[in-house]
Amino acid sequence: MGIEVAIRHRQGDFMLHVTFASAGRLTALFGPSGSGKTSIVNAIAGLMRPDSGRVSVEGRVLLDTGQRIFVPPHRRRIGYVFQDARLFPHLTVSQNLRYGRFFTPPAERYAEFSKVVDLLGIGALLERRPAGLSGGERQRVAIGRALVASPRLLLMDEPLASLDDERKAEILPYVERMRDEAGIPIVYVSHSVAEIARLASDVVLLSEGRVTAAGPVEDILPRADLLPAGERGEAGAMVPLELVGQDDAFGLSVLRSSGGEWRLPRIDAPAGARVTVRVRARDVMIATERPAGISALNVLEGRIAAMEMAGDSETLVSILSGDDRLYARVTRRSVGQLGLEPGKTVFAIVKSVSLDSAVAARR
Amino acid sequence: MEWLQLSPEEWVAVRLSIKVSIWATLVSLPVGILVAHVLARREFVGKSLLNGLVHLPLILPPVVTGYLLLLSFGRRGPVGSFLDQCCGLVFSFRWTGAALACGVMAFPLMVRAIRLSIEAVDRKLEAAAGTLGASPMMVFATVTLPLILPGIVAGAILAFAKAMGEFGATITFVSNIPGETQTLPSAIYTFTQVPGGEAGALRLTLVSIAIAMIALVASEILARRISRRIAA
Repeated sequence: MGIEVAIRHRQGDFMLHVTFASAGRLTALFGPSGSGKTSIVNAIAGLMRPDSGRVSVEGRVLLDTGQRIFVPPHRRRIGYVFQDARLFPHLTVSQNLRYGRFFTPPAERYAEFSKVVDLLGIGALLERRPAGLSGGERQRVAIGRALVASPRLLLMDEPLASLDDERKAEILPYVERMRDEAGIPIVYVSHSVAEIARLASDVVLLSEGRVTAAGPVEDILPRADLLPAGERGEAGAMVPLELVGQDDAFGLSVLRSSGGEWRLPRIDAPAGARVTVRVRARDVMIATERPAGISALNVLEGRIAAMEMAGDSETLVSILSGDDRLYARVTRRSVGQLGLEPGKTVFAIVKSVSLDSAVAARR
Repeated sequence: MEWLQLSPEEWVAVRLSIKVSIWATLVSLPVGILVAHVLARREFVGKSLLNGLVHLPLILPPVVTGYLLLLSFGRRGPVGSFLDQCCGLVFSFRWTGAALACGVMAFPLMVRAIRLSIEAVDRKLEAAAGTLGASPMMVFATVTLPLILPGIVAGAILAFAKAMGEFGATITFVSNIPGETQTLPSAIYTFTQVPGGEAGALRLTLVSIAIAMIALVASEILARRISRRIAA
């Protein structure tokens, strides 16, 4: 089940040849521009007809060139949130939202209009026209429009790419809520590791029209070597944490992983809430003894599980702390000076402030 | 201001002209939208031929168009005799023929205006409507059509104005019969051909100017209202 994609398509000099499957709640297609992300999404939606291939969603075959199956886009019931919103300018927000519902067979209308409006916080916009909306509002309405049509799968093609950081921060929580509450699988195109770390359950890495890696986000994100050059610094571990309490005096939250205690910039959630934090490998220091007199708040004891060369001067050290894996990118010089080797007990040091934008709520 | 009073015969010509122009516009509008859509969106063999055919009345001398209509849609013409026998539709020397001549002459202007507006429609919006479950027909009816409405209105008004002024093709095809095929321009022409007809010609000229102005202003107001609705 889930989505299965196998397509081959030539467009001028560009050759798209990808095969992947995912049953995750939010599958991120990740790669630099020109890697074929949008083409894949268009093929799933039926807006692009590949030379050959097969696409199925939740067991329903939408494309199979071998059997001459091509379900036209309007019969696929796949929601699509475009990078440029594409709201209908001649309709009000409310009419835009209800547009797709009209074409959905009554028996398959699971999405409730009022719930979608609440989920996205667009109740105040209903009577307005798209031309009067801000970029962030437009994108939220576009998401709502796709959801109200009760799709079987939701495609999101870099829905945040045209927005500034503030607007992105405005929309991300809604995407998270959708992933957790709407209960439909999402395919999310992005070229930002931060977005993927926060949103994705699964990742398909793409490069020049091919899949370079695919799997759960926890497995893919630490692999700096797989990420495009500009995003390598973003590689890191995904560490599941449980909220223990708040440290109100300093505006921090206290959390626990299987390897120890963490202090993070305040997270508004009740005790017991589960949170995943992305710890970039470049933000982790290694000490061979428990450090004293250090400003960093998070010191995790662990054992070096593996070491691997990363470029000419650096080594990626993977540390097993409790059941969790942490990654540290250190220079080869440090490796030599500290005598780092697999099996050695070390302390991983993470500055709390380096984790401020990397928190992702998850259930 | 006694001389401004239209005589009953002149009223007949004014009413006939309006009737002929409205029919010419309304009947050719659906065809115009279809042809404009095909020209704007489709690629096919013979596209430039269709394009040329549509534009022919704009380039040919109106008399030639009228004569061609007479040859094909006249009582003895292949199309004319067929329509007469199958549907009882007669064009020659009837007001219907005047409407046909006006419609044909105005057609290129109408198609041009609508085609331009179709080409201006963002096709990405149509793709978006498709992903929301709208079939191509529904996409056209609910997205394309509302977005090109200003162009359709402009095309229709342009066609109406052209039909009101059509002279050459009409008089060649259906002659100049008072009460049946004598439209405003034909009536004015007739007045100028008889002694003492200057007053009548002037009156009908003023009527022509008035109708043209009203049509223009109405289209401006309508277009503004529609585009405000689309892009408010």
